[in-house]
Amino acid sequence: MKIAVLTKAIPSYESSIRVDSSGKWIDEAMVNYVVNESDSYALEEALQIKENVGGDSEVVVVTLGSEANTSKVIKDGLAKGADRGIFIKNESTTTDPLSIAKLFADNLKSENFDLIFSGLQSDDMGSGQTGVLVGEMLDMSTATLAIETQVEGDKIKVKRELESGWFQWVSLPFPSSISIQSGINEPRYPSLKGIMGAKRKELNTLEAAPSDQSQSFVNLYIPKNEKVTEKIEGDADTIVAKIMDILKNKLKVI
Amino acid sequence: MILVVLENQRGKIHPFSMEAVAAGQKFAEQLDCKLFILCLGEKVDDLKSQAQNFKANKLITAQHTMIDMYSADGYSKVLSDVISELSPKYVLMGHSYMVRDFLPRVSAKLNIPFVSDIISVDFNGGPNFSKQVFNAKLATNIEVNSEQALLSFQSAAFSSDDLKDGGPDEEVQFNVELSSNDIKSQSEPEFQESSSGVDLTAAELIVSIGRGIESEDNLPTMQSLADAMGAEVASSRPVVDMGWLPPYRQVGSSGQVISPKLYFSLGVSGAIQHVVGMKGSKNILAINKDEDAPIFEIADYAVIGDVLEIVPKLTEEINK
Ligand SMILES: Cc1cc2nc3c(=O)[nH]c(=O)nc-3n(C[C@H](O)[C@H](O)[C@H](O)COP(=O)(O)OP(=O)(O)OC[C@H]3O[C@@H](n4cnc5c(N)ncnc54)[C@H](O)[C@@H]3O)c2cc1C
Ligand SMILES: Nc1ncnc2c1ncn2[C@@H]1O[C@H](COP(=O)(O)O)[C@@H](O)[C@H]1O
Repeated sequence: MKIAVLTKAIPSYESSIRVDSSGKWIDEAMVNYVVNESDSYALEEALQIKENVGGDSEVVVVTLGSEANTSKVIKDGLAKGADRGIFIKNESTTTDPLSIAKLFADNLKSENFDLIFSGLQSDDMGSGQTGVLVGEMLDMSTATLAIETQVEGDKIKVKRELESGWFQWVSLPFPSSISIQSGINEPRYPSLKGIMGAKRKELNTLEAAPSDQSQSFVNLYIPKNEKVTEKIEGDADTIVAKIMDILKNKLKVI
Repeated sequence: MILVVLENQRGKIHPFSMEAVAAGQKFAEQLDCKLFILCLGEKVDDLKSQAQNFKANKLITAQHTMIDMYSADGYSKVLSDVISELSPKYVLMGHSYMVRDFLPRVSAKLNIPFVSDIISVDFNGGPNFSKQVFNAKLATNIEVNSEQALLSFQSAAFSSDDLKDGGPDEEVQFNVELSSNDIKSQSEPEFQESSSGVDLTAAELIVSIGRGIESEDNLPTMQSLADAMGAEVASSRPVVDMGWLPPYRQVGSSGQVISPKLYFSLGVSGAIQHVVGMKGSKNILAINKDEDAPIFEIADYAVIGDVLEIVPKLTEEINK
């Protein structure tokens, strides 16, 4: 079984996000890049399938982006147990899902993966499209929102999360591109041995040439406040006194 | 022409589809063009009878035994065929889990951009579509550089209160062509997992726990606050994913939808998928150490501070 895991570098939750002088992108200098949340679940799922299926199974972590932002993502994937990495180097800011998916499809086609796993959504762009687009472009079966997988012969069965507590099983013939929902498993931490071994693993760097963007950002802005919000700041005692006043006197809930 | 595609949710039109129809009527008016509504696949007759009320130029049905049950392969093939034949300028749907599953396939098949999860539309110029990016900390206006586009709307981007009734001018059948080669994957019927949990919707007071409590070890501290207030504990998705709390405590698009008298969040960032589950709360009080946290955009009271420091003191004060 040959499995690719699309893993994206995204700004950490703690990073301060500021619009840069172009007004179209963020000031990356202030940002700490980490692995997108659902992608680490996707990697874990791939590693578990490899461990269960055995044989000459292979897990390949694939990332696309600038060298500075993505280097940690590949290292982390290799340290956790991926066998090799593919880095699709793209120094321009491409935000168009179709262009991004074409870069993946063009660069991964010759690999003939049985499975491509991706996260169901990147926390920065939030398109929720890449895995399905790549699947269609490479003529694979596709499914999204996977919260359980079972490999059965020439098929993979996927339990899909639907809205409001409903689920559905779908069975997909290989090759298949599946996007993974968070919570599907318990992602492992890299071991010391894994971290040491990662340096010796193969990393293949490919130069990307993005096509024209079919959709693009006009500008980035801070969302407007929808409500009149009372700000409460100060030291802990001041804050506690203010919250007490709200709970007791304004809302009368205690 | 604008094409709105209706989605079936267990026999009824999905609420997001109603909003998409309202969007379609607005688009047709603003761009001065025709509005077509498509009933596709599963339970098509239910959809059709419920769609009789919507003002539109055409009501189209596309039915075939091979898509009587939802299938990403079948739906994407049929919708692609409909789009190729009718050439709509925009195709509109709600940003539901089904749309996430098959609409990107249509985008790739036809090479038409899909702008997903739109929160509002500006008809001056463009039209331009805004959506949240960077974990809801920023928003962006998106411009489409293509003749056609597929669009999906986040809930409440348009309101079904604005729906204009009147019914379709004309009804037509689309001639669906599907063969077994088109359907690679096999879906099984939808099922619900027994939720042996609490009904959060009944609670007047909710203390909602987010990843910002930093560690499972801090959970009892947060629960003590809920106990002191007589509140029910709810949580964000990562807290459930990490196994700190059971799934039935989760609020949001994949959890419960609540509207308590007070929603009091501790270290919740305010991602859209969480917010859709609690924005109806009468009062929102949020503690977060990041003053740019998106939860503050909808909060009545925004406490900028550290939950680990504030919560124990607050609990002590309430218990006095
Ligand atoms: C299809 C789909 C469905 C989803 N469904 C749901 C759903 O139903 N419900 C849901 O909640 N999410 C859902 N999500 C996930 C959602 O996108 C967010 O990832 C999630 O809501 C974030 O949870 P959080 O706010 O607890 O964590 P984070 O986003 O990590 O936020 C933690 C917050 O805590 C703050 N913080 C950190 N330390 C402290 C401290 N000491 N004191 C005070 N504040 C602190 C930080 O500033 C940050 O704002 C879904 C996602 C997708 C793609
Ligand atoms: N630049 C990228 N590098 C690696 N993986 C990506 C990239 N962009 C998207 N993906 C994958 O596609 C998923 C969905 O992303 P998106 O369509 O942007 O919401 C992510 O969770 C990743 O698995």
